[in-house]
Amino acid sequence: MKTFTYERVNTPVEAAAAAARTPGAKFLAGGTNLLDLMKLEIEAPPHIIDIGKIGLDKIESTPAGGLLIGALVNNTDLAAHSIVRRDYGLLSRALLAGASGQLRNKATTAGNLLQRTRCPYFYDTNQLCNKRVPGSGCAAIAGFSRQLGIIGTSNACIATYPGDMAVAMRALDATVETVNAKGAKRALSLDRFYRLPGQTPHLETILEKNELITAVLLPPPVGGVHIYHKVRDRASYAFALVSVAAIIQKNGSGRVAVGGIAPRPWRVEGAESLLPSGAKAFAAQLLTGARPTKENEYKLALVERTVAAVLNEANH
Amino acid sequence: MDESNESTITRREMIAATTTAVTALAFSGMTGVQATSIQHTVPLSLAQVSFTVNGRAQSLNMDTRTTLLDALREHLQFTGTKKGCDHGQCGACTVLVNGRRINSCLSLALQHQGDTITTIEGLGTPDKLHPMQAAFVKHDGYQCGYCTPGQICSAVAVLNEIKAGIPSHVSASLLEKPVATNMELRERMSGNICRCGAYSNIAEAMSEVAQKQA
Repeated sequence: MKTFTYERVNTPVEAAAAAARTPGAKFLAGGTNLLDLMKLEIEAPPHIIDIGKIGLDKIESTPAGGLLIGALVNNTDLAAHSIVRRDYGLLSRALLAGASGQLRNKATTAGNLLQRTRCPYFYDTNQLCNKRVPGSGCAAIAGFSRQLGIIGTSNACIATYPGDMAVAMRALDATVETVNAKGAKRALSLDRFYRLPGQTPHLETILEKNELITAVLLPPPVGGVHIYHKVRDRASYAFALVSVAAIIQKNGSGRVAVGGIAPRPWRVEGAESLLPSGAKAFAAQLLTGARPTKENEYKLALVERTVAAVLNEANH
Repeated sequence: MDESNESTITRREMIAATTTAVTALAFSGMTGVQATSIQHTVPLSLAQVSFTVNGRAQSLNMDTRTTLLDALREHLQFTGTKKGCDHGQCGACTVLVNGRRINSCLSLALQHQGDTITTIEGLGTPDKLHPMQAAFVKHDGYQCGYCTPGQICSAVAVLNEIKAGIPSHVSASLLEKPVATNMELRERMSGNICRCGAYSNIAEAMSEVAQKQA
């Protein structure tokens, strides 16, 4: 690990101001992803701003009937919160399908949103990777791509967004709230929060430099049956090959976001009117424009079949 | 082999001695560079942290990069906590922080200012085993024992999580209180790897403790 200087701050604005003072500084929340990457020297920040004890750890109902989740609420507390379990079961299920008990106790809401891809070529510093070293090339496209993306990818990068929580939040129409060093706040809808890679796969979100996530806002609950179906190589503690986050209403309408296939949680609102027609029609529309590799084209069928399983479960 | 000689050097000392020898070899192989002339191009960054470990207040001034795991093992000599993968994948480094289990390898010691930390040494002693330690012995919940401190810390926390009503991936309902079934225990222990494969006995040990607590 490269050496770094360290400071603790007391408020979100102080954190953003501290980041503005030191180019390349990183916020440290839970640290479960950042420290892992620092050990491999994939991340090498010269300065760490520890935001672990600045509050932002509350879950509060909003006057409009929604739920405001502090950026530093850990994954265990979020999954176990009584309102989340009752009204946003999809979010609980997604969180519980991810990582291990130890990691969920430490990993935070904002950190989870910002976790980096698990593309093996991003992690292996002997390999070419445009995300790790911009402009160096991508060894994944002609490599072992079984786990990697099939849609929203580019000829510079086929890495996927690895998480589960954000897939559920995308289906729940979540908004990311931020603050900058001047105290200015922004609300960023999750549907535009993650960038597609294009020729700049190292730029993953629309967050500006030194902007700090303070909360995630969920709109009022929409009812329906909540299902998070994750397909993976092991029964527990593995990243998704494909995951489907669905809210299905009694009349057959619904919302579906898919994980494990794209650089961001993949949701196409325009395809959702096809849900009552069944998984085949929906998946065909959802995956229009997909560019799988030989090794991961199985995901096309796997998405359709996982959606079919979810619709079947919702009808029972 | 002379057994009395062998017993005078612990495995830790053996590893330390071997590492020193290898380092010395590496330096002597570098032409024109003396070991003493090797300097850090970037100055070390030190910082202070205070926390409680197994009931005793500790204050350390250390390299900012020190993980909680390394602080426990190398600075405070609580070597019961083990380093397996050092990347949060195996669970050998599991300790309890403010009652909750975490991977101590994926946490900077500096993140734990004011925290209360419990390692395997704080759970029980050879004379007075924690009920979970006793159950692991009774049910053969290990073979080589390397993952065991992490398994036991994790197992203690798992039963507390079930008691607190925290659901898991295999809980049929998010609204009903979870029960310590075999499947629940296995799912909740998936962050602790055992290469000897003592999983079924670990689940048996946990199950017995859960029943006694109920």
